Parts: sequence; structure tokens; C-alpha cells
Amino acid sequence: MCGIVGLFLKDPKLEPKLGEMLTDMLITMTDRGPDSAGIAIYSGARDGLGKITIQSAHPEKDFKNLDGDLHDAIGQPVAMLVKSTHAVLEVPIGQLDAARSALSHLRPDVKVMSVGDSIEIFKEVGLPKDVARRFDVARMTGTHGIGHTRMATESAVTTMGAHPFSTGPDQCLVHNGSLSNHNGLRRELIRKGMSFETQNDTEVAAAYVSQKLKEGEDLGTALESGLDDLDGFFTFVVGTKNGFGVVRDPIACKPAVMAETDEYVAFGSEYRALVNLPGIENARVWEPEPATVYFWER
Amino acid sequence: MQSFDLGKEGLRALNSSLHALKGQTNMTAWEVINPKGAHAIAAGVDAPVDITVRGSTGYYCAGMNKQATIRIKGSAGPGVAENMMSGAVIIDGDASQYAGATGRGGLLVIKGNASSRCGISMKGIDIVVHGNIGHMSCFMAQSGNVVVLGNAGEALGDSLYEARIFVRGTVKSLGADCIEKEMRDEHFAIVEELLRRGEADHKAKPEEFRRYGSARKLYNFNIDNASAY
Repeated sequence: MCGIVGLFLKDPKLEPKLGEMLTDMLITMTDRGPDSAGIAIYSGARDGLGKITIQSAHPEKDFKNLDGDLHDAIGQPVAMLVKSTHAVLEVPIGQLDAARSALSHLRPDVKVMSVGDSIEIFKEVGLPKDVARRFDVARMTGTHGIGHTRMATESAVTTMGAHPFSTGPDQCLVHNGSLSNHNGLRRELIRKGMSFETQNDTEVAAAYVSQKLKEGEDLGTALESGLDDLDGFFTFVVGTKNGFGVVRDPIACKPAVMAETDEYVAFGSEYRALVNLPGIENARVWEPEPATVYFWER
Repeated sequence: MQSFDLGKEGLRALNSSLHALKGQTNMTAWEVINPKGAHAIAAGVDAPVDITVRGSTGYYCAGMNKQATIRIKGSAGPGVAENMMSGAVIIDGDASQYAGATGRGGLLVIKGNASSRCGISMKGIDIVVHGNIGHMSCFMAQSGNVVVLGNAGEALGDSLYEARIFVRGTVKSLGADCIEKEMRDEHFAIVEELLRRGEADHKAKPEEFRRYGSARKLYNFNIDNASAY
């Protein structure tokens, strides 16, 4: 069991409250996944700047003067915002690859959570309410976001085993379920040049979608392909810079409820996660059909 | 009327109050407000009372119900009325997965659509769905009746025993050992009665339905195959 929540805002007036709404939804899903939690938030891209979110088990040591060291390495201004075990580095968009490569030499123990124009990912072991408080998720703003509460079944309870997984720029994926053909698929994806941080099945699904996007498919087509190639149980929610998608396997055992109003599209593993959203009483509420791809783009 | 605010008083307080009602009681009308998708609302009730839940419910609402009439003024989460013994559960909205699963008696009415696995392994319950039912509905259903005014999803009645399935619309596909059967007088009578009790007699007529049942090839012990068992 795991819990998934997601919000895609259509009305910009709600953007300042994205973090607050997602936090409430995430904490409601604690029963479904009390061992770790994570959130991916898309907060409006700034002209010419890109973001790298990193994580360290020893933030005092690893984050100390990291902005200065990176500046020296790439010769460009670097801004760093530290949040507990994570930090968001802001660098000129053309320098994202250079910064990432410099980072692996400067701080080899630091893990990259996400890279892109607008995505930031924060995830840790612990109760959802503690994880949300640690990163002050309630005060985050943005256009769309995805959260996950994990009850591990398939691989260890670690920070890197928590969701969301990000395997491409501004991309992320969360999963409720378990895959059975991930080891074979991982080998194929490695041959195609993808790299993996964990032995986790969900990371393979995320990398699968990233590979399809890299090959030129749009999000909807990539998820359609996944229905043929991924074997197992899944409800996936995926995020891209402009989009938000949902797909369930053909058996559809893993629960999913969606709600749509003029202001937002929301996803919850259970209706409970949606009950405090504005205007939910009059929202269109439905269960996504099995083996059917849903996605919204702005 | 006993009114119960689930947001203030909590699920355990509600269910223990309902479980304390034994046999005949003079507290026959109950209302639950602020359900907010909570799980196991009014599960395990065993008294002839009328309970109205004002909003949508989570997992296993009205599970194991005996005698009570439970109305949900919203939609129901997975496993609504699971293993119902008697009484009635009436849902104004939609029902999620495995509504009425393993039910042994009573009547389940879903005025919207039912999701996958509706009536799975049912053992005597009657189910009336005003809308559609999802895939793998009535899987291994043993007895009872299902009346569907809309359409049925894939693999209807897979590995069916003796439950009767009546569908007014289309069936996407039939599961293993499930076949269409002739509608005889007794079947029109069953559908007519269930449409009336399921508050659907103004929406459909018995002659609009087709009947599906077991071909009885899968589950019967056949002496010729004894060595294979």
C-alpha cells in the first residue's frame, strides 16, 4: 500500500496555496504510507535559471560553502537555499549539466533529487507530517505538485527509495503498486544510456517514461507505451514541466480518485485526501478507468 | 433522530453506539454528518434501524450489515456493503471497487456507476446498479441476483457459479464459463421486483434486460475427469 496525492492548478490565484493544500492531502494519506514521504513541486521557472535539488546525509559538511565551490568550478553565479537535508541550487540554465558534473567531483556523497527549470523534489524517511514540516512544504508555491506516502514492499526504506523519482529534466513519477519485470527493463534502459540510483521498481518506471520522452514521444504516448511494456500493479501519477498525467494498470486494484473543477485537477488514492479542497462539494469526482491515460497540460 | 458528527465524535464512538443497538430499539433513525471519506462507517450494524450518511464514504462502509437500512448521500469507497447479511444499502452516487463483495443477503442499490469487481464472490445478495458496472464484476459469484441498467465491463461473470446477472445495455466481454441465457417468466418477475425495490422501476422495464449465467462446465465435478483432480 502507498498513498498518492496530486494537484494541477488551472487558476493561478491558487498558486500561493499549492504547498498548503498538498501538505494537508499528504498528511491525510499517512495511513497508507507511514515509512517515508516525498513531494515534487513545480514552481514557476525563472528566466534563464535552472534548479538542481540535492540531498545529503551530512548536510552541515556537504552544503558548507557549496555555492562558492560551485561558482569557482563553473565560473557562473550560483544561489543555494538549504532546507534541512536538501538544498536547491540555482544556476544559469545552460550550466545545469556543468554544475551537475562539477557537483559529483566536489561533493561525491551528495545525491541529486531533481534537475530542471521548475521542479524541486524533497523526500525523506519518516511520517508525512514530519517530512512536510522539515521542508516547510506548506509555504511552497507553484503550478502543480505530486506527493507520495510510502509503505515499502519491494525495496528498502531509505531516502532514495522514497518517491517521487526523477530520471529526466523536470520529470517525476510516483507509484502505488509493484512491478514484476523491472529487472529486465532496467538492463535494457542501462544499455540505452539511463543510469539508476537504486534497485527500486518505481525508478525503472520513471526511467522508462524519461527514455520514451527522450525518444520524442509526448507524455500521453509514453504512458500508453508503458501499458504494453510494464508488467505488474500500478497507479502512476507523473509530472512534467507543463503537465500532469495519471495511468492505472488494466486490473486496476490500486485505488485512485480524481476531482476536477474550473480551478484545479486533483488526484488522491482515496477520496479522504480531497475533502478539504475548495469547492470539492461541486467538483466532478470520478475513478480513472483501467488502462486509460489521462493527462493535462497547460 | 440521532445525529452524529463524525468530524467531532469520531468513528469508534459512532460504531460502538451502533453496535450497542440490539434487537428492537426505539432509536431507529440515525444521521451521520461530516463523513469526509472515512473508512468503515456503520460497519457491523445488527439492528433494524435506518442510517443516513450525508456525504461520501471510504473503505467498507456498511460492511457485514445485518437488518439495517443504510443510505449514503454521496459516493462510496471500495468494499461498500462487503459481506452484507441482510437489510439494505442505498448509494446515491457511485461505488468503487468490489461493491457488495461476498454478500450473503440483503439489497445493495447503486444509483450511479459501480467500479470493477462489483458483486465478486457474492453468495445471495441482490444488487441493483442504475448505471454501469466495471470489469470482472460477479467473478466467482455463487448466488443472488445482479440487475444492471447500464453496461457491463470486461470479463463479466468469470468462473460463475449460480448467481443470475441481468444487463440492459452492452457487455464488453463475458468471462470464462459465463453465457447468455433465455429470459423466462420467472426471470422477468425477478427483474421486475428488483427494479421496484431498487427504486429503478421508472427507469427501465424487465423486457429490456438480457440474462447471463453459468454454463456449468467449469465448476461441476465430472467423473470422467477424476484422474485429473
